[in-house]
Amino acid sequence: MAIEIEPEKAQGPSGPVHAAPGNSKPWWARPAVHTGLIGAVIGYIIGHWLGNLISPATAGVSSFSTGLSDVRNWPLVLGYVFGTIGWLAGLGVFNDLGRLMLGKPLPDAEHAPAGGVAKYFRYTLDHKVVGIQYLFGMTTYFLTGGLFAMAIRTELLSPTYHVLNASQYLMVVGEHSTMMMMMMSSVVLGPFGQFFAPLMIGSKRMAFPRIEALAFWLTPAAYVILLSGILLGGFPTGWTGYEPLATQAGPGMDTYALAFGLMGISLILAGFNLIVTYINYRAPGMRWSRLPMFVWSMFTVSFLQVLSVPVLVAGLYMMLMDRTAQTAFFTNQLGGSSYLWEDVFWFFGHPEVYILALPGFGVVSEIIPVFTRKPLFGYRVAAAGMIGVSLLSFFVWQHHLFDSGINPDMRPLFMLTTELISIPTGFIYLVAAGTFWKAKITFSVPMLFAIAMYFNFLIGGVSGVFLSDVPADVTEHGSFFVMAHFHYTIMGGLIFAFMAGIYYWLPKMLGVKMNEKLGKWHFWTMFITFNSTFLPLFALGMMGMPRRVFEYQRNLQTLNDWVSISSYLLGVSLLIFLINLIMSTLVWRVKESGNPWRSRGLEWQVSSPPPPENFERVPVVLSHPYLYGVKDAPPVADLNPPVGVVASAYASAGLEA
Amino acid sequence: MAESQAPTAAAGKAEPNHAVRIASIWLVLAIVADLLIYFVWQPHLPPGRMSDNARGQQFDITVMAVLCAPVLLGVWTYFGYALVNWRRRAGDTEDGPPIEGNGKVQAAWITVTSLIVLSLAAFGTYELIVPAGAGGGEGPVPIWKPSGVVTTAAWTPGSTHTLVVQAIGQQWNWTYRFPQFGGMETTGLELPINTPVEFHVTSLDVIHSFWAYQLGVKADANPGVDNVAFVKPLQLGQFVVRCNELCGIWHGAMFDYGNVVTASQFQSWATSIQTKERANGTLAALPPYATTYDPTEISQLGQAWAKLGIVGAGGYYYPGPQTGTPGDPVSP
Repeated sequence: MAIEIEPEKAQGPSGPVHAAPGNSKPWWARPAVHTGLIGAVIGYIIGHWLGNLISPATAGVSSFSTGLSDVRNWPLVLGYVFGTIGWLAGLGVFNDLGRLMLGKPLPDAEHAPAGGVAKYFRYTLDHKVVGIQYLFGMTTYFLTGGLFAMAIRTELLSPTYHVLNASQYLMVVGEHSTMMMMMMSSVVLGPFGQFFAPLMIGSKRMAFPRIEALAFWLTPAAYVILLSGILLGGFPTGWTGYEPLATQAGPGMDTYALAFGLMGISLILAGFNLIVTYINYRAPGMRWSRLPMFVWSMFTVSFLQVLSVPVLVAGLYMMLMDRTAQTAFFTNQLGGSSYLWEDVFWFFGHPEVYILALPGFGVVSEIIPVFTRKPLFGYRVAAAGMIGVSLLSFFVWQHHLFDSGINPDMRPLFMLTTELISIPTGFIYLVAAGTFWKAKITFSVPMLFAIAMYFNFLIGGVSGVFLSDVPADVTEHGSFFVMAHFHYTIMGGLIFAFMAGIYYWLPKMLGVKMNEKLGKWHFWTMFITFNSTFLPLFALGMMGMPRRVFEYQRNLQTLNDWVSISSYLLGVSLLIFLINLIMSTLVWRVKESGNPWRSRGLEWQVSSPPPPENFERVPVVLSHPYLYGVKDAPPVADLNPPVGVVASAYASAGLEA
Repeated sequence: MAESQAPTAAAGKAEPNHAVRIASIWLVLAIVADLLIYFVWQPHLPPGRMSDNARGQQFDITVMAVLCAPVLLGVWTYFGYALVNWRRRAGDTEDGPPIEGNGKVQAAWITVTSLIVLSLAAFGTYELIVPAGAGGGEGPVPIWKPSGVVTTAAWTPGSTHTLVVQAIGQQWNWTYRFPQFGGMETTGLELPINTPVEFHVTSLDVIHSFWAYQLGVKADANPGVDNVAFVKPLQLGQFVVRCNELCGIWHGAMFDYGNVVTASQFQSWATSIQTKERANGTLAALPPYATTYDPTEISQLGQAWAKLGIVGAGGYYYPGPQTGTPGDPVSP
């Protein structure tokens, strides 16, 4: 086991800092966002030129989807690919690789010495900096996606089209859905997963800091590429990218494939890094049975990402080949199959929705013991639930295809697996119910959001049972019912958990408190408007309104208008959050350095914000993090173990220290 | 894991029996909710009672609701009770009772949820297989068919023979072909009441989904694939046909209405169209009826249609090489 146990040895990102070669340069000559942008532009120009060079060779090839877009695809696709490489090169991602190849010594510190704000705009290797970068990045992506959602609702104020035309409407739907589904996969895993992975397991660092930073810096590229689709007319497929519509679509479709692909690579890298970190970098005494629930959720989610996202990336690659090199993976008339995309996409897509759900379970399971002042009820059941959900999530994907005509005789099996997955999901409720029993509940803002998450996810989960039943699904499939269902699980589950996490952990991450009064305003407005927005959608779907349409039956207008107005109010609520976040972190800056929630979590045992190396010495974990109210419970960890005590314990057990 | 005593037994002597209180509140709520759902709400639940499938789906949705309402109410009652009764009093800094788990409660929870889930799966499977696919698309070779129905080359009213209807999705409307009426093609859909209908759903371009909401029929239309679904209309009246799979910019406008009529009305409607199409040469111009069509051949047909003055979306039966900007409807 490669557990780092020598407290003396500097292993943290800011070990003994030697003057790195580039540090003497002025700020504008050092790699950061601005050099990244220059690199992106140069890369795009090179790729575009290269694309033009090779595209005449395929321009004449005719296929089922022959259209003008085909000849424009090579320059665009290669432009984005080279632009992304240029962006990363400009950020300095490949600098250390170059030094290694040239046999030059690496700068000793794994990142530049802790600077001020500038470090947040650089390729910084400290997991705490990456966590903050993710926090502000994900908030930006989420709010952008939310604006698109309000545009959708504006169009749906009227049963015919009045604001957006048919093609603009689909563009907005595509941008909203893809932004939310692909970027929000990292909404908890990015900010909290990266920031707290080492802190919660008593490590000074992540296993692969460069991969971690790379995973983050791919997300702005994916964000910009996806948004650039607007300039290219958008893409008409929504986030599911169904073929052969995607082959038929204009150049905006390439932005979908490239952005989703880049985000997929980011997810694979981040998940891989977390798995290795959790397995190898746990502090002595951090047994699997003492792992915080949040770490369990991140661990299982990481496996889902590493195993399922490559399938998506492969599918997107096939899509891009169909659109540029005129292959025919998905064109029926040329030997391909439109079912192939559906299968490949949902084989990723269903684990994906649990990639979006499990982090939420982790966050709330972490929060409720603190605010009920009780141990987490049924720790093993909670961990088993997460493992069970992640295993089963690979066996349910064809429930998205119940009416498609593919494998119709397998429908009873997929109905069974889909319904089975509600058993491990139910464990999360068992754990919460046990934890709340005779508790001493404090209604802090994080706790309110956690309770709301249980409330919302229950409605999402129960509506999922309706969808799993094939006969009932014949009516509900592809309707607003499905839409309401997954917004309850993702927005009502994941995003509420994300908010709980921000209010809970921001004092730890930045050393400043969120304003509690605004926080409560934010909570109550968001909880009420969220339910007011999405609950009527169940009824709309049941009454026959399909997803992604700009026209609907006239008798459904009242409900749709109600939903639209609620969605604007939901936007106002998120504005309160944004004001609170910006003012609290940048302007008011009310200091919080201790442990305001009296949490036993290992991450709360160090100062806020955590010192550069997280722990002065690698701690020795002594007990479970949830032993609230247990008499004579040992502290969660010895943060200052005597020098050599760990090594000698290992030596006496015959292990190599 | 430290197994503490059962929560109910842990209650102090002065404390009320919380478990009994919660269970009583829940039982009353659950019984009232289930009775309301079953007897009051069921007749109004979608998708209505227009066909055998619709009735089956309405029953399934009712059963789901009857089973799920107690679950929802149970969780809400429990947590509502907890939030009201077990809050921290001001100035209280003590921790709560250290209950880390309870083997009996956990075992009971897992048993009950497993039983609910397995019975739901068994129920759903029965409701899928016995009504022959419950209106969902069953692929080219359906393994669950309605029993005792006969398909013949011609269909006449009064017989119990199956009426075969092909629904062809194309950007952005539906057309229907009737092989028992010479393969004639219509843009509207009429169906005879009390007659078993066999839908063959296919597409000429991208994936669509044929959703006859009131009939409880939904089957994806994949290019080059024949997707079969069964239905038996049981009430006269109008139904909505919507495309249920995103198929391009006018997906939102890809809907029309169909009618369930009497068998003799249907017969006269169908034969009149057949006669008209034979007279004006449409039947001769149509490709022979098949379960799937290759659109690269149909572009020839498009020319024939255009010559006859019969045009589909944007002027062509099937768009030829696109000339406009991507996404625009193609003009001739």
